[in-house]
Amino acid sequence: MDISTKSDTAPPPPPTVVPLEPGSRRPSVRLGDRIFLGLSRGSGILLLLIMAAIACFLAYRAALVLAKNDGNFLTTFEWEANGDPPVFGIAVLAFGTVVSSVIAMVIAVPVAVGIALFLTHYAPRKLSGPIGYAIDLLAAVPSIVYGLWGVLVLVPHLNGLYGWLDTYFGWTGILDWQGGAPRSLFTVGILLAIMILPIVTNVSREVFRQVPLAHQEAALALGATRWEVIRMSVLPFGRSGIISASMLGLGRALGETMAVATVLSPEFVIRTSLLDPGGGTFAQNIASKFSEATVQGQDALIASGLVLFVITLLVNGAARAIIARRKEYSGANA
Amino acid sequence: MAKRIDVSGLTAYYGSHKAIEDISMTVEPRSVTAFIGPSGCGKSTFLRTLNRMHEVTPGGRVEGKVLLDDENLYASSIDPVAVRRTVGMVFQRPNPFPTMSIYDNVAAGLRLNGSYRKSELSEIVEKSLKGANLWNEVKDRLNKPGSGLSGGQQQRLCIARAIAVEPDVLLMDEPCSALDPISTLAIEDLIGELKERFTIVIVTHNMQQAARVSDRTAFFNLAAVGEPGKLIEIDETERIFSNPSVQATEDYISGRFG
Amino acid sequence: MSHAATTPRPKSLKTARLPRGSAWGIALLSVLLGSGIGLLAGLGNKVQWGLLAALLFVVITYTAAAAVEGRRQARDRVATSVIWVTFVLAVIPLASLLYETVKRGAKVFDGYFLGHSMGVVADTEPGGGIYHAIIGTLEQVGLATVMSVPLGLLTAIYLVEYGRGRLAKAVTFFVDVMTGVPSIVAGLFVLSFWILILGFDFSGFAGSLALSILMIPVIVRSTEEMLKLVPNELREASLALGVPKWRTILKVVVPTSIGGITTGVMLAVARITGETAPVLLLVWGNSFINTNPFEGEQASLPLYIYQQYANSSGEGAAYDRAWAASLALIAFVMILNLVARGIARWKAPQSGR
Repeated sequence: MDISTKSDTAPPPPPTVVPLEPGSRRPSVRLGDRIFLGLSRGSGILLLLIMAAIACFLAYRAALVLAKNDGNFLTTFEWEANGDPPVFGIAVLAFGTVVSSVIAMVIAVPVAVGIALFLTHYAPRKLSGPIGYAIDLLAAVPSIVYGLWGVLVLVPHLNGLYGWLDTYFGWTGILDWQGGAPRSLFTVGILLAIMILPIVTNVSREVFRQVPLAHQEAALALGATRWEVIRMSVLPFGRSGIISASMLGLGRALGETMAVATVLSPEFVIRTSLLDPGGGTFAQNIASKFSEATVQGQDALIASGLVLFVITLLVNGAARAIIARRKEYSGANA
Repeated sequence: MAKRIDVSGLTAYYGSHKAIEDISMTVEPRSVTAFIGPSGCGKSTFLRTLNRMHEVTPGGRVEGKVLLDDENLYASSIDPVAVRRTVGMVFQRPNPFPTMSIYDNVAAGLRLNGSYRKSELSEIVEKSLKGANLWNEVKDRLNKPGSGLSGGQQQRLCIARAIAVEPDVLLMDEPCSALDPISTLAIEDLIGELKERFTIVIVTHNMQQAARVSDRTAFFNLAAVGEPGKLIEIDETERIFSNPSVQATEDYISGRFG
Repeated sequence: MSHAATTPRPKSLKTARLPRGSAWGIALLSVLLGSGIGLLAGLGNKVQWGLLAALLFVVITYTAAAAVEGRRQARDRVATSVIWVTFVLAVIPLASLLYETVKRGAKVFDGYFLGHSMGVVADTEPGGGIYHAIIGTLEQVGLATVMSVPLGLLTAIYLVEYGRGRLAKAVTFFVDVMTGVPSIVAGLFVLSFWILILGFDFSGFAGSLALSILMIPVIVRSTEEMLKLVPNELREASLALGVPKWRTILKVVVPTSIGGITTGVMLAVARITGETAPVLLLVWGNSFINTNPFEGEQASLPLYIYQQYANSSGEGAAYDRAWAASLALIAFVMILNLVARGIARWKAPQSGR
């Protein structure tokens, strides 16, 4: 989406194409054009203003409460934002958000790449259309429904996996399980993985589809098996696409609210074991604490939301930058 | 090493569409055979049936026999991967792997087919690049990406990559159509050298090229658009261009259609 | 060819191949073996059996293929089976989710449920419905759509038809960034600006403000893609007739791509209909019917699901209602999706090229 492509699509400016005498009609033509241009440019500017406003207002409200905060915003393990003075910190939330999103990525990215390869290179053609469709629908399921499903189906089914992980990997400390209900950050990670699967799959699939046939045939003609074709031509070509797809998925996982709020049993602590309930994420904490929050408490939640906002901005910005770079790169070799 | 190809009764389909029908011919070893004919006559399709690349296209399937020396490529016990390893191919547009260096491009096929010591690998890469008349131009930048070369150099790189695995047959699908005249000349010279070692089949749109490089020429034609392409005749190149036995061939060569 | 280093040549093009259907055979064998070992070793856990079977499947496939066909073919087979497994893995949750929603939702999903509110129904009591929530959702989503569509369309037109230079670049970039704004952050923004600073109350309209922040970038993106598909010749033909540019855009460019634009808008609507977080922060929820989105708390379908679930302790009437409402919401969203894609397919030949 760089500007150079736009100049191809943009038609020549009207004055050169409308060779009318400067009589009565021209001013009205000009006026109509000017109004329309003003309107459309105005909406573009409005969008920029909205983005700026989001950042400014969040920062303003956050600043109000941060001045009063009796704890350290970054390191305090507590969330008593309604008190006087308020004591709150985002350490637990940052930990939970990062950990659950990382788990989601570790699970979702390989599976999504697998499905994308399945759809582009393995599935019979008759199958790949409907499956792609089904994946689109999976993306359309509201997150609250994922939450309900997670509690009903996913959580009870994880008892077995948790027991197994505890038996064989409990010694690591990270996968130690005290036997509580499996509504932990690990479960959240699994649920988030299912939720971001569609978007990562869709973007990767698009990238794999764009792999030039010529490169794949080059590998085939050397006597490569199907897997070797993928290794030699599809994956190298799609690598940056996979990275940016993952980043987009990560952005979703970081900001996911309702599914996490439904499945996690939150507690304001950091546990070394990912299988034990407790912890929280930025978005989940906002949703759970909001109904009891005073105005001051809401401001504290806004402060944590600002951090989340900045994190997702960075992640998405990085994803876009990678996509943009890939475009130049593949354009040069097309 | 170079092997002879015997095709009999070969018909190829794209889905329900019959692209070529009932083709039989013999391709002599250590010679260059050119396929000519108007667009859509199926010469490229036919070429791709010779290393089982045709079936890679969705809906592509083949009936008939292709004997490489005495083995039928389409027998059920044959592994298409092994076929493509033995019958190399160079494509219309140069297609070096964009993420690999020049060296890795040439070594790509070798790495698939076994493990080599580093010195062996370098030796084969050098030999192949020399064989493709590219060594002197790239020997100082073997680790640079192959996509940085000119079109003609890229095509010779692709030839080097194809001959590195020592195939029995080399198929070329209009290898010069995307190149300028000077690069074309370089490739044509190369083809003349390569035929000492390989059986070469080349599809070309350029009749002068067919006349210059080939020993034998096959003319393909189709009755009408949508009809399957057929082999009209195959003969010594000299005869095809001077005194063909079929009228359609003469019409095509003298530029009356196509 | 008297070179020291030559390529190893396959002795023959013939290769031994595993018989057809061997993958199924190996799968069956691994399941049997996995279960057998699980039973004998007294592993109480079925997940362990499954993992064991999956592991056995990969190992047996690899060894069998390596012995008969060679290492490269073996690797290819393993890759194929792993990729099939990832696909099956992804299908299971989708199927389960749809199945559970339909099964549990059907319990109380009927005309009464659609036509009544929760007005005087306590959480533990049966009865009640989602009428008030449907009204709330329709109004909030409708208002958000009314605000977002003109803004989104005009922005897209600006980017495609006029956009050059720094401003367009900035808008493009921030539209991309906006696409990634988490819905809860959009909610917090409207909270800070509309409610905390301007002093308005919770209302359906506050919710639709947040929803439109989520909706605009989606509309801009999809409309942009559609406008770019309109061939330049069409624009030039119109301009060459002396038609001013703004009329060319309105009479030629937009009508040509209207099918695709509609699809984009509908997909955006489908996306925001399921958003719970901003509604939770801004609309608050209400068990009575409130038809005025500009004043007072409202209900909304996704929020209703959340609140019924939160008040239910995992069973009973409220829990059933949560699932029935989920069924209604999923059905709505999916129908919208299907119709949108239908329009895209139906309109594609005219607008595409």
